[in-house]
Amino acid sequence: MTIDPTGLAIETHGLVKVFGTNRAVDGIDLRVPAGTVYGVLGPNGAGKTTAVKMLATLLRPDGGEAYVFGKSVLRDADAVRSRVSLTGQYASVDEDLTGTENLVLLGRLLGHTKSFARSRAGELMAAFGLDKAAARQVKTYSGGMRRRIDIAASILNTPDLLFLDEPTTGLDPRSRNQVWDIVRAVVAQGTTVLLTTQYLEEADRLASRIAVIDHGKVIAEGTPGELKSSVGAGSIHIRLRDAAQRPDAERLLGKVLGSAVQTGTDPVALTAAIPGHGTDLGAAEDAARALGELARAGIVVDDFSLGQPSLDEVFMALTESSASSTSAGSAESAESAGSSAELAAGSAASASPAASEAASTDEQHDAISKESAA
Amino acid sequence: MTTVATQDPKDLEKGRGERNGKAAADPGSEVLAPVVAEDLAAVFVSHHRPPKPGPLSASLTFGWRAMLKIKHVPEQLFDVTAFPIMMTLMFTYLFGGAIAGSTDAYVQFVIPGILVQSIVMITMYTGVSLNNDIERGVFDRFRTLPIWRPAALVGMILGDLLRYVLASTVIITVGLILGFRPDGGVPGVLAGVALLVVFSFAFSWVWTMFGLLLRSEKSVMGVSMMVLFPLTFLSNVFVDPKTMPGWLQAFVDVNPITHLVSAVRDLMDGDFATTETVWVLVFSAALVAVFVPLPLRLYNRK
Repeated sequence: MTIDPTGLAIETHGLVKVFGTNRAVDGIDLRVPAGTVYGVLGPNGAGKTTAVKMLATLLRPDGGEAYVFGKSVLRDADAVRSRVSLTGQYASVDEDLTGTENLVLLGRLLGHTKSFARSRAGELMAAFGLDKAAARQVKTYSGGMRRRIDIAASILNTPDLLFLDEPTTGLDPRSRNQVWDIVRAVVAQGTTVLLTTQYLEEADRLASRIAVIDHGKVIAEGTPGELKSSVGAGSIHIRLRDAAQRPDAERLLGKVLGSAVQTGTDPVALTAAIPGHGTDLGAAEDAARALGELARAGIVVDDFSLGQPSLDEVFMALTESSASSTSAGSAESAESAGSSAELAAGSAASASPAASEAASTDEQHDAISKESAA
Repeated sequence: MTTVATQDPKDLEKGRGERNGKAAADPGSEVLAPVVAEDLAAVFVSHHRPPKPGPLSASLTFGWRAMLKIKHVPEQLFDVTAFPIMMTLMFTYLFGGAIAGSTDAYVQFVIPGILVQSIVMITMYTGVSLNNDIERGVFDRFRTLPIWRPAALVGMILGDLLRYVLASTVIITVGLILGFRPDGGVPGVLAGVALLVVFSFAFSWVWTMFGLLLRSEKSVMGVSMMVLFPLTFLSNVFVDPKTMPGWLQAFVDVNPITHLVSAVRDLMDGDFATTETVWVLVFSAALVAVFVPLPLRLYNRK
């Protein structure tokens, strides 16, 4: 496989797509190194899918430039198409056909002979653990199986660049883990993967760099570590044995951690933000100290967990910091982005209690849904 | 029916429940074998990249896809088999006596007409199934392939041609049973069907455009019906236009369906060199000239 001399799989400058009055993608600059997993993180409607569709030549950009391995998606679309594959958010296979038929069809469309297409289809179905379902229509497949056949279709000709648009949205934890394994295997073979996701955890586990997108703009870019350190150390979730002790626990936690403590609808649950020191060790120490204080005060803790900064927190912090300084989100200085995010978070906590209330409630929702999922 | 692709957690739960139920009835079928990294590595060694297929080869592959869809969803042939039989029987016995004095006499007149009406009616499914395809996302994959782009549309219409031939066979067979005895014999009937298929191929492209333009399957269906009903009924399919009021005759005379029906009647009567046939061929060519580039442009932009 040939790699562009710049070593970039994707390079965009001020990419824009407008739907009516909605600027779905509003000037995105990306530089994706070849041979890595690059995460594009953002909420629903942030412009992730639109950006991917432009890069995969499915949509024409309304402004800016985009290059895939040095070839323009506008002027050299066929050259781009011969090197990329797309696994869309919704299964991009024919549901009326069987799994094998889908792969043979694609093989034929890629120019393979009938016999090669058949043997390749068999090989892929076996490798993806789908041989039993090979003769069944895809519409009878489960969510995990659909993603598998979809990814299998995408690597029929090993692509140099694979777009995975929210590959695990709607999957159960086991299927999600299996998709992650597949992604790792794909990258190990030298394919560049552009992965869009709504889950920080997913980007964290797979991507070597992440761009956070909101309202069609890149609001932050960096390694997972840089992004996380930009929003503090996370939060501690505590479950008490006795609901009557909660007011005491709330007061104590607030004092030890120096942050606002949230109490949810569950009468024994509390959540407190841990002030970020930029390292995991600091967070754990803070948490241990807080738990120690609770024990000394005779408050019985049944269960506790340390939460990663949630996507909500990342957004809250990043959008606050991008409001205060327009240069935030530049790839070069994640360090400074981090400190300004901290500043923003700190000022929100002290100056505007309403804002921090909103932030922490969201965060608690996140923690709760995470627990129930696990 | 699973609902996994949706993002609504409630739907997801439901889908999972249904699947679990099915898994209990069919043990093991839904438990996925783990993906082994070594197996994946093995399938990756394939860097065999043949040259991309030519336009014809790609179109034929899409035609094969259309055949597979018929194989898996044979119900879709209902409209090309049962519907024409129903129409033929209904109109022959309903109007036969009143219009031509006897059903026997009417059959000779109405079979070519019913044939044209039925086939022209089912051309709309081209647009409906294209619209459906696009919504399902499978077209996104086709469009990221470095192939001749129109192939997907051409292949689809090639598949539809088979449906037209199938429906024609059904109607002619029913007609023969009812007493249809065309003077042109086998060559006449074959020529008539061939002309009709040529016209329907050209006409299908109109629906391709609507399939790309409109938002849902239902709206494609609605628009098609609104065009097709007046077009096929306000013609010489069922009656001689002489009894119609002048303004209606004016419309019927310019209606391409009228010309098509006349041409098919002529051919089946053994009259091979008529101006009507030429007219239909020219009109078909015009349809192709206008309605092939338009959908292709829409398709590329979508």
